[in-house]
Amino acid sequence: MRGSLGLRAGVLSALIFLFFVLIWHVGTMPVERAVNADPEYAKLVGGGKSAGLPTPLMIAQTVWTQIRDPFYDRGPNDKGIGIQLAYSMARVGFGFALAALLAVPLGFLIGMSPLIYRALNPFIQVLKPISPLAWMPLALYTIKDATISSIFVIFICSVWPMLINTAHGVASVKREWLNVARTLEVGPVRRAFRVILPAAAPVILTGMRISMGIAWLVIVAAEMLVGGTGIGYFVWNEWNNLSLTNVIFAILVIGITGMLLDLVFGWLTQLVTYRE
Amino acid sequence: MSSFQDPFDPASDLDAGCACGAHASQAAHDAVAASSDAETLSARFVTSSLVRALFPHDETRRNFIRAVGATTAQAAIASLLPLGSLTAMAQDKAPLEKKDLKIGFIPITCATPLIMAGPLKFYQQQGLNVTLNKTAGWALIRDKMLNKEHDASHFLSPMPLAISLGLGSVEQPMNVATIQNVNGQAITLHVKHKDKRDPKQWKGMTFAVPFDYSMHNFLLRYYVAEHGLDPDKDIQIRVTPPPEMVANLRAGNIDGFLGPDPFNQRAVYDEIGFIHLLSKELWDGHPCCAFGVSGAFIKENPNTFAALYRAVLNAAAMAREAKNREFIANVIAPANYLNQPPAVLEQVLMGKYADGLGNIKTDPNRVDFDPFPWQSMAVWMLTQMKRWGYIKGDVNYRQIAEQVFLATDAKKRMADLGMKAPASAYAKFKVMGKEFDPAKPDAYLASFAIRKTG
Repeated sequence: MRGSLGLRAGVLSALIFLFFVLIWHVGTMPVERAVNADPEYAKLVGGGKSAGLPTPLMIAQTVWTQIRDPFYDRGPNDKGIGIQLAYSMARVGFGFALAALLAVPLGFLIGMSPLIYRALNPFIQVLKPISPLAWMPLALYTIKDATISSIFVIFICSVWPMLINTAHGVASVKREWLNVARTLEVGPVRRAFRVILPAAAPVILTGMRISMGIAWLVIVAAEMLVGGTGIGYFVWNEWNNLSLTNVIFAILVIGITGMLLDLVFGWLTQLVTYRE
Repeated sequence: MSSFQDPFDPASDLDAGCACGAHASQAAHDAVAASSDAETLSARFVTSSLVRALFPHDETRRNFIRAVGATTAQAAIASLLPLGSLTAMAQDKAPLEKKDLKIGFIPITCATPLIMAGPLKFYQQQGLNVTLNKTAGWALIRDKMLNKEHDASHFLSPMPLAISLGLGSVEQPMNVATIQNVNGQAITLHVKHKDKRDPKQWKGMTFAVPFDYSMHNFLLRYYVAEHGLDPDKDIQIRVTPPPEMVANLRAGNIDGFLGPDPFNQRAVYDEIGFIHLLSKELWDGHPCCAFGVSGAFIKENPNTFAALYRAVLNAAAMAREAKNREFIANVIAPANYLNQPPAVLEQVLMGKYADGLGNIKTDPNRVDFDPFPWQSMAVWMLTQMKRWGYIKGDVNYRQIAEQVFLATDAKKRMADLGMKAPASAYAKFKVMGKEFDPAKPDAYLASFAIRKTG
């Protein structure tokens, strides 16, 4: 029964996809346009080639040409999609790792000590809702480097969910488990690593998963702002050229990469979850 | 190959050939074959290569030799031969302080000389290894120069004035080494405004300009004010990076823009907008973008700066020639540079273009690349900054203009390369028919009915 449900869901997904492509195809079919009488003038205005949304076939062609050669490098402003993706991933990776290094220990502290929790809470509540991109001008001004600024923006956006989730996970470890540890006279360090950490790990990883999702959303916008390299720059550069086919291709790549990152963290969460 | 020719003859053409490929014509070939022995030929070959290395442009070489006379040139070059140094001829014979440079640019045709200098190896010729960084907007151009992430940059020509004065920026000495382009901008309106050709009908409309401190902003303000509209009250002016102007015009966020090419032509190409008028019709020969470096960079790297100067001036000289324009359009069109269809760039650079209303117009001076940084034009920019309230209080126009616009350096560098530079950096010019006298900026400012201050 389960298998057949999965199968039916798969068939339904495929049907929805085909239906979507069909609507898209019909919607973007080239319309007969009034042809400009003067052929010389028509040549100067591109003959309406670039007007309108691209058809599914055009997207498929673009995907094929881009995928076929993802690592070309034709100068500092024109690199293949694979290289751009690598730049974005590296920035997200650095920013995210820095955030984890700070947020997990601090979250531990906050979770274990109600005093520190109360003291830091106002700051966290004020800083958390700030759009990470609002930090960008300040970062550029103080850090004086565009790449490090974008890493900083990733750091600042991914630190909050991790911090809050870690604190929450640590604070809500079952009383009985802590009591058992106390009865057995376990030292504080051993208690933290052998009892609290395993118990809070799924919640911490969920925080990381949320952080990663946000970081991937933000990097595209950040790179559109600072330019140079990365998938966000790719979108911006193709937007300059009003090349919607390439923009749609980039959107697909961003979506698929985001999904894969999310899957990795979902799998990690399952790995550390203790089933009673 | 014509390296056996006399390189000191201003009439000779080092690039032409004969049957053996070594001479300008068959007659020259025969004459040399009859008269010269192998030794003189080989000596001349060495000198020819040397002269060619010194003057990559035949035009420049001819001008140089005409100016100083063949004998002087010969003596000057001969004195260097024992050194074996080809680059020593240039006045700045000391080694380059910095060879790897980063230069920022905005993908617009204004920056043609400094962009094409990359793929056409003008920088390499001067011993420089330049990375051209496409940058997302003018604010970022400013920040990356202030941060020293870029060594030199494409600027809007009023920007170095503003940065040097600390307007909309941290105060830091910034210089205009050369102007990049003159003319080459346009007012583009959405096609739905086809019938609103009189600016008096523009009340309530929204326009985009690339930056506050831009010729675009000053010219648009000037234009609407001459037609009785107050640019601060009657229309809305919005700062939008040039590459985003066409997308915003299509989306209907703006009604028009005074922006740089190729985006005016791109709006026509995509049948979204039409060209209302070229900026040339407002002020023929107005400067637009500039090539700039910080004061600190010049102080720390004088020889590198000189080499960079030569590369950009050589590129500007090539870009001015109408016959090179089609080739240049194709050089700067790829994704690494402008990322535009060559058909659009050709219309901009060659001046035969569709106006978006069904007409084909021809104007070979739609854009030009006169590199000389006129200080009188800097004074004009300052009057407009004061007119619209960007500068408050008294302004020492001349002093600021002379500090920022390096006319003396430009004259010297242009003379080095055998180019003609004007004697004075203060010329009078006309904006919409009204003469501007750089000696009387305050009187000029007072003559405008619509202004914010002053």
